[in-house]
Amino acid sequence: MGRVLSYVVRGLTRRHGAGEHAVLATSNIDLDVGRGEVFGVLGPNGAGKTTLLRQLMGLIRPDAGSITMFGWDVVARPDIPPRLAAYLGQHDMALEDLPVGRAVETTARLRGLGRGAARAARDAVVDELGLAPVVARPMRQLSGGQRRLASVACTLVGDRMVLVLDEPTTGLDPTARRAVWSALERRRAAAGVTVVLVTHNVLEAETVLDRVAVLDAGRVIACDTPGRLKASVSNDVRLDLVWRCDPPAHDPTIARLARQAEISGRRWTTRMDAAAARDALARLTSGPAFAALDDFTLATPSLEDVYLALGGASRTLERT
Amino acid sequence: MTAAAAYDAAGQIAGRAVEAAGPPTETVSIVERTADTLDRSVGGFSRAVAAADTPVPLPPSTPFGAALGAVYVGQLARARVARVPLLFVAAFQSLGIMLLLRGVVDVGNETTSEQVVAGSTVLVVAFVALNLLAQRFGALRAAGALDYYLTLPVPGSAVVLGTAASYASFAVPGMIITAVVGSLLYGLPLSGLWLLLPVAVMAGASLAGIGAVIGLLAPRQELATVAGQVGMSVVLFLGIIPADRLPLGIDVLRDLLPSTYAVDVLAGAFRPSVNWGMVTVDLLVCALVAFVTLLAASIALRRAGNAPR
Repeated sequence: MGRVLSYVVRGLTRRHGAGEHAVLATSNIDLDVGRGEVFGVLGPNGAGKTTLLRQLMGLIRPDAGSITMFGWDVVARPDIPPRLAAYLGQHDMALEDLPVGRAVETTARLRGLGRGAARAARDAVVDELGLAPVVARPMRQLSGGQRRLASVACTLVGDRMVLVLDEPTTGLDPTARRAVWSALERRRAAAGVTVVLVTHNVLEAETVLDRVAVLDAGRVIACDTPGRLKASVSNDVRLDLVWRCDPPAHDPTIARLARQAEISGRRWTTRMDAAAARDALARLTSGPAFAALDDFTLATPSLEDVYLALGGASRTLERT
Repeated sequence: MTAAAAYDAAGQIAGRAVEAAGPPTETVSIVERTADTLDRSVGGFSRAVAAADTPVPLPPSTPFGAALGAVYVGQLARARVARVPLLFVAAFQSLGIMLLLRGVVDVGNETTSEQVVAGSTVLVVAFVALNLLAQRFGALRAAGALDYYLTLPVPGSAVVLGTAASYASFAVPGMIITAVVGSLLYGLPLSGLWLLLPVAVMAGASLAGIGAVIGLLAPRQELATVAGQVGMSVVLFLGIIPADRLPLGIDVLRDLLPSTYAVDVLAGAFRPSVNWGMVTVDLLVCALVAFVTLLAASIALRRAGNAPR
């Protein structure tokens, strides 16, 4: 028998509403998620990301299609995912009146840990995520970022084989975000934990995901590694320029860039092949325009470019 | 950095991202810091998944008793934060009603006095276990926060029963305050008040069961709130007004309400001799209602998850 995948999804379809108001939240989705993989679902608001995750957790029955988890049929047995996976939803209201430590410990107990084991697991995850200073404070009194971090702690406690996370780093500051990523990476490295997560943050998707499925209007419009997805779209690079003041319009490089740039206030975004970008940047940084240049960024195509190139219509993806 | 150096840096990596908010390059220290603690917590698990080529054996569900205990203790911890609304608002309401009626009721009429004090005491349970619990489940459902429980390996009945039990417990301080103050206010004997204990358990379970059903089945959160308040008002009127003064027809409604049986037990507690047969029957009615409603709520909880968000 071959290696059993964490998730095998085939033809997954779920319709919300009825009649002419019906919307296909997920439409004929096929996915394979390997063991120990960090798998991302990227897409704009309303693309069906949360519905897909809730189906993976057995919370919503699909209208059609199948989901197997480590070989078990999730559609027939919705009690399977809670035994194998931990879920981080978007709402923490069930826990908001509890002090952080109590919330984590209660969740550990509900995952079947004994009293002593639950306390040890609580202390470990609280330390790991840097929550020790707020461990005695009720979650509702925390800042948005700390509160989200406390919810992440509740998800991590109890060592599940799969973590299904709906926007785990939304609202987190960079330090907390790194703490979450290192926590996930450690679990993957040490225990082969599989991570399936939703993000609409392009940068996050590019830096931490092994593979990413791009969702648009309930369909998977692409699924591959971030690098291959980007390579499939274009060999062009993106040159972003931010001006301190108006650049000298008579400069031939400026004039050429101005013709092809998407201009948004003082920010110019241009796309060209790598050699042309290097040449343009050399001229800008050594010529008279440099005095007006505030900042520049040279980058390969982002997953946002992939999303747009593949026909994604929404522009609500986040870049930072 | 000079312009030339900046250009070199950008050129050398020939198109690699030079984004300002970079990837997690500073994770090393965090990883090292947590290495020890994590090794302890995930070490056993890694051994369990080492043999990866066969279908994974399912980890067990959390046993009912342990899950019930964890839900109950977790809910009780909420009372430290939300102390005033959960523990005392209900008592204020009942104390106010008793003070109001003290000026109207003839204190010499013992049957009426018993009914007012017993009804006000059970009203505390209706406020907390029926009204507040209906609102709580309605709000959790509307926010999608029931997903938290539904994605844990625990039986739905443990979640419903643990939450209902905690709300019944929240009513206990208010019940004691109301019963004692009411007895003193209306000159009733305090000796039978130990009957508060079974009444608190049985009225709490049956009214919390109704509250849970309302909260989990109401199509919208606002309807759960309204239904919870209407339920509490019904308990108020039918519990406090003596049965012989209710209009014809309404007194039938009184018999359908589980709180009535709890009120009757408590009213009997103020009399010199307690009719044990009636007390047992009344408490059994409450228990039966509790069983049916909590069972219905457990089924409703499972169905509540299968909804679009």
